[in-house]
Amino acid sequence: MVKYKKQILVCGGAGCNSKQSEEILDNLKLELEALALENDVQVIKTGCFGLCKLGPVVKIMPDDIIYVKVTPDDATEIISEHIVKGRKIERLIHKDPLTQRQVSSSPEMASYKKQLRIVLRNCGIIDPESIEEAIARDAYLALGKVLKEMKPMEVIKTIQDSGLRGRGGAGFPTGLKWKLAYENKADEKYVVCNADEGDPGAFMDRSVLEGDPHSVLEAMAICGYCIGSSKGLIYIRAEYPMAVARLITAIKQARDFGLLGNDIFGSGFNFDIEIKYGAGAFVCGEETALIHSMEGLRGEPTVKPPFPVESGFRGKPTNVNNVETFACISPIILKGASWFSSIGTEKSKGTKVFALAGKINNVGLVEVPMGTTLREVIFEIGGGIQYGKKFKAVQTGGPSGGCLTEKHLDTPIDFDNLIAAGSFMGSGGMIVMDEDDCMVSVSKYFLDFTVEESCGKCAPCRIGNKRLHELLDHICKGNGTLEDLKRLKNMSLVIKDTSLCGLGQGSPNPVLSTLDNFMDEYIAHVVDKKCPAGKCHDLMQYFIVAENCVGCTACARVCPVNAITGERKEPHLINPSICIKCGACMEKCKFDAIIIK
Amino acid sequence: MKQIKSLADLNKSKEEYLAKSKETGGKNASGEKIRIRVHMGTSGIASGARAIYEFLTIELEKRNINASVIKTGDMGYCFAEPTIEVTRPGEEPVIFGNVDKLRADEIIEKFIKNGEYVEGILPINYQIINS
Repeated sequence: MVKYKKQILVCGGAGCNSKQSEEILDNLKLELEALALENDVQVIKTGCFGLCKLGPVVKIMPDDIIYVKVTPDDATEIISEHIVKGRKIERLIHKDPLTQRQVSSSPEMASYKKQLRIVLRNCGIIDPESIEEAIARDAYLALGKVLKEMKPMEVIKTIQDSGLRGRGGAGFPTGLKWKLAYENKADEKYVVCNADEGDPGAFMDRSVLEGDPHSVLEAMAICGYCIGSSKGLIYIRAEYPMAVARLITAIKQARDFGLLGNDIFGSGFNFDIEIKYGAGAFVCGEETALIHSMEGLRGEPTVKPPFPVESGFRGKPTNVNNVETFACISPIILKGASWFSSIGTEKSKGTKVFALAGKINNVGLVEVPMGTTLREVIFEIGGGIQYGKKFKAVQTGGPSGGCLTEKHLDTPIDFDNLIAAGSFMGSGGMIVMDEDDCMVSVSKYFLDFTVEESCGKCAPCRIGNKRLHELLDHICKGNGTLEDLKRLKNMSLVIKDTSLCGLGQGSPNPVLSTLDNFMDEYIAHVVDKKCPAGKCHDLMQYFIVAENCVGCTACARVCPVNAITGERKEPHLINPSICIKCGACMEKCKFDAIIIK
Repeated sequence: MKQIKSLADLNKSKEEYLAKSKETGGKNASGEKIRIRVHMGTSGIASGARAIYEFLTIELEKRNINASVIKTGDMGYCFAEPTIEVTRPGEEPVIFGNVDKLRADEIIEKFIKNGEYVEGILPINYQIINS
């Protein structure tokens, strides 16, 4: 029994909120009260509908009518026409600009939504520990189709035609990789799934493995059939216990159902999958280091060539793909290469999952077609910056990526555009920074990470990054000079050019991109010895503004080192040589008399 | 365990499961089923989804509502975890975010029993490829 006859949902997402959705909500409630209908009609604010371009959005249930671009003044008409008289309000219904057709119901509106889920198609929908549920959503159908109806080269051609590129970071064409692995003849070959997700703030692979492990197992078997391999290996970090547990369950279930093992689908094709655990070293996400780690050796990269497709695990041809890449495979087989290549930009096809983190409202995973702009991802889907602060930069691609700024916001995201903008797709982490973040400290933070994670094999990465870190530390402490900035840039370029693997080649990117985009902040640090964002401890100084200080003594009492002196009802003074910059006084002061300079 | 040896077997398994889930799913007074998905990936569980799962299974039984509660992975709504999805018979699924025990109780009493919306609805803001 539904208590209410009608229910009105008003979008409260960031996009609609900025266009007066609160007023719409209030007006709807007022109109209902005026007609004494508040017990028959429920009005409720919801999260984002994903229709931000058409906002503010109002949905009427159970009629399933979505009104777009609603203004607060439209509330009267919605109540009097739709609710009371049951007539649709034509002018508030979206008209498709191409077909001129009116679209108003949820299923029809779906295609206007910014997010398109291919990789995350089953996440949150199926029980990952039930293979039956996965099969009910067409898991293993592509595998069956491939084994029964297609030759390996046909499948590889399909993947090549789809334009799928590796989702692990570099964007190497997946079909080409498979083709190379297929062409290299050997008695045994290996299919490796790289689940060593190491970028700080990236967790899309974890979500796929936790939410839909069968999509990865199936795609690995398809890859095995294509390249002529009967053995799959999943390299996953032991820090992902839940993903590991669900993978183990999934592999067992697939074996029980005969979907892994011998003679799959009665086709004579054998394939089984084993899990290999990593200890969480960042460099092991690099394919040669990953292979060494699986062999029981130190996780260190080696020079390519030979590429793993020529000589990989145990010297055999090995095809390494990322979790997200594998998760794209079966929809491509089932829906066709041209379907997949119709999504995205010219050179980057399909969708990409991004992990939004940092100072953004809707922290979480989003999957958008390639070519969606950073602005759409951050300000519409991501809901904008926390506490209404100003956007400063977004770091894409983790510690090997760069910081992009306001001027890059309208860049359509794809592999090539991000590189052109001085960043990198990486695995899809997006760390959003606001006006309170100091970009020098941010690059120092990422170098902290790379210095820690460098395997130490090659000198540019091992020694160079350490020196780079020292220089940044120097600058943050207020001891830097303009000369240091030149050295910073030079050294970054040398490390980038001479490092052995992707870790070292990417590690100076945060420095280079912040030097490019935030030179003024670096100059403030070295010339004025000031940190504009107020983050660098050694460059801050607390001051008491004499006009605002009433001499209440609260600050002096809270100061742990007795750095504040002054008579009652007289302006106080902070002694900078004693002050430890803890900020306790500033928190305590009720008169905004204490400032940071 | 029955092995799948052909596409027909696979399809049969799919059909059987779909039929079975129709039969065994919890049913409301008029004999139709209610389905609840609790999103239990790492971020869901870290925000307390396990307690919500237990609360829902225990309370639904206590209150004589025959619904099926399923554990799934996360949907990506990390900012609003724990999240649950409730599908009333014949209706579109509705996702609720920031579900604590208080809100879970409200969802049972108001939404599951009466179809009345409660705060915290996250509309499905994405398009999903049809399989």
